Amino acid sequence: MAAVASPGEGPLIQLAGVSKNYVSEAAIVRALREVDLTIEHGEMIAIVGQSGSGKSTMMNILGCLDRPTIGRYVLDGVDVTTRSNDARAIVRNRLIGFVFQGFNLLSRTTALENVELPLIYRGVSARKRRDRAFRALDAVGLSDRLHHTPNQLSGGQQQRVAIARALVTDPPLLLADEPTGNLDTRTSYEVLGLLQELNSRGITICLVTHEQDIAACAKRVVRMRDGRIQSDTVQAAPLDAKRALSELPTPEDEGT
Amino acid sequence: MRALFAAIRLSLRALSRAKVRAGLTILGILIGVAAVVIVVALGNAVRDRVLSQIATLGANTIYVFPQDTRSSGAKTQPRARLTEDDAAAVLREATSVADITPQSTTRAQVVAGEGNVSTTVLGIGDSYFKIMDFSVASGTTFAPSDFRTKNKVVILGESVKRELFGSGDCIGEYVRIGRYPFRVVGILEKKGESPFGEDQDDRVLMPIGSFRARLVPSAPGRVQMLIAQSNDEATVDRASAQIEQILRQRHKIDPEDEPDFGIRTSTEIRKSNEATFDTLTALLSTIAAISLLVGGIGVMNVMLVSVTERTREIGIRLAIGAREGDILTQFLIEAIVLSLFGGILGLLIGLSGVALLAKALGWEFTIPVRAVVTALVTSGAVGIIFGFLPARRAAKLDPIDALRHE
Repeated sequence: MAAVASPGEGPLIQLAGVSKNYVSEAAIVRALREVDLTIEHGEMIAIVGQSGSGKSTMMNILGCLDRPTIGRYVLDGVDVTTRSNDARAIVRNRLIGFVFQGFNLLSRTTALENVELPLIYRGVSARKRRDRAFRALDAVGLSDRLHHTPNQLSGGQQQRVAIARALVTDPPLLLADEPTGNLDTRTSYEVLGLLQELNSRGITICLVTHEQDIAACAKRVVRMRDGRIQSDTVQAAPLDAKRALSELPTPEDEGT
Repeated sequence: MRALFAAIRLSLRALSRAKVRAGLTILGILIGVAAVVIVVALGNAVRDRVLSQIATLGANTIYVFPQDTRSSGAKTQPRARLTEDDAAAVLREATSVADITPQSTTRAQVVAGEGNVSTTVLGIGDSYFKIMDFSVASGTTFAPSDFRTKNKVVILGESVKRELFGSGDCIGEYVRIGRYPFRVVGILEKKGESPFGEDQDDRVLMPIGSFRARLVPSAPGRVQMLIAQSNDEATVDRASAQIEQILRQRHKIDPEDEPDFGIRTSTEIRKSNEATFDTLTALLSTIAAISLLVGGIGVMNVMLVSVTERTREIGIRLAIGAREGDILTQFLIEAIVLSLFGGILGLLIGLSGVALLAKALGWEFTIPVRAVVTALVTSGAVGIIFGFLPARRAAKLDPIDALRHE
């Protein structure tokens, strides 16, 4: 349904010699140093590292929120390095779904309306918006919470609304920045399970996290340090979040 | 169109989240717009009123009155001596003058039975009614014989008649002015106030000859003032020049000297009134415009606060694909909605104010269509102008910074 420009069989993401420098009065901070990274369609990759390792900068560049100082970024066959702000806004809208640590839902706005938001900027008609938002919320198991506002929802539910919002445009890439950072263990596994399930349906997922447990759920782990990729490993048997959840001791009446 | 509608709904919702703030901002615009509407309506009403008062001066009239002259700056020459002969000469020689009448004035007590009223008594010529567009409501005007034989007859102004006789009939009754009884032959049609603020119904008219003989003894033919009427509107200035020339000759005044009389035309009076009036309107409009400007600054202030408060929301919108233009439009529409709200409410309040004023003053007010349009267009423009800077600031936010905001 989404107009995904997917020319050729190429990889989804290609970073080539990407560096990012932040210039302040005192010094130049080299957040990324000549990073090369290729992510294929359908991968589930975790970018891990301590704070200051450059993983947030990496996330911003991957999400077309920031531009590399040097290097080239090709997303789904399109070189987005030097595109205008408006063009990048369209790329974000069509190709990328964002899930943030702090959920970043609009307050005092219902789940349904939050999920509709990306479609508004795409000029989708009100009825179609409603329809697609409903299906996205249904897919994350929140079809009974359509008209709840964020402060009426638990953390896990809020994050699921955020995931629905990221999915509603059917993007090929879902970027999740510390998606479980504000959640307890159980809820974290629920959210991760959902992400794994989405990945199994073909969506490329890129997790940015500093938690080993979370990274364990990814098929591939890229470890960053001082703005460089320190290691890039494929995990033969990633942790199955749903199984992990079922193996957790069930505390009585712990809400979701 | 649908997108615009959705954007307006969105802005309404955003505004409803900070009701007090939005309300106060709206109040700022409201006061400005209401001020503009009231000032414009009031201005129009005053203008209409002044113009209709000037119309009571008679159409295309020229007033000739004596004027003190000073030679070598010290000695005052004797007062001008306008006479009925002057009037006759003007009428005979000035081709652009259609008619002329003398007029002399004094204050006098008018007594009728128990009634007693102090009023203005006018001695007039027979063309007076035609020139001043006066007519009698009842009775008759003076007969030619009244002028020839200085008959003791009067025509009463409406106010004088009411004071002395109430609502009863008084034609044929006698009033005493000074030492003589005068027979009332007519009552003037109600005339209202003159542009100089006098009640034109508070007067008594009598033939100029009677005035001199019975009320203010003076040399034969002497009058205080002449009122001429030109052939038509286009010839007022020419008639005025002709009168000056004739009177200069008759009064033997050198061309380089100041004449011993002054001339004013009704056109001049109207123009000078209009000029005064335009200045006043400009002044009031400026004040009203300033209050609208202050309202606009209020809008800008509130929008800047709103942008700061909603930085994170802007970040989210940018991240999920809003373009700068989308954000700009959103905040601009919010500012416009805010100002238009103020504009519409201000318009309603301004119009109610106008209606109240009309009632209180008993004046004719017309709904100033131009003011209505101006108020709405201006308040919309205020929203665009003062909303643009905050909206642009919102649109130019860096999505990463915005998302990280507090």
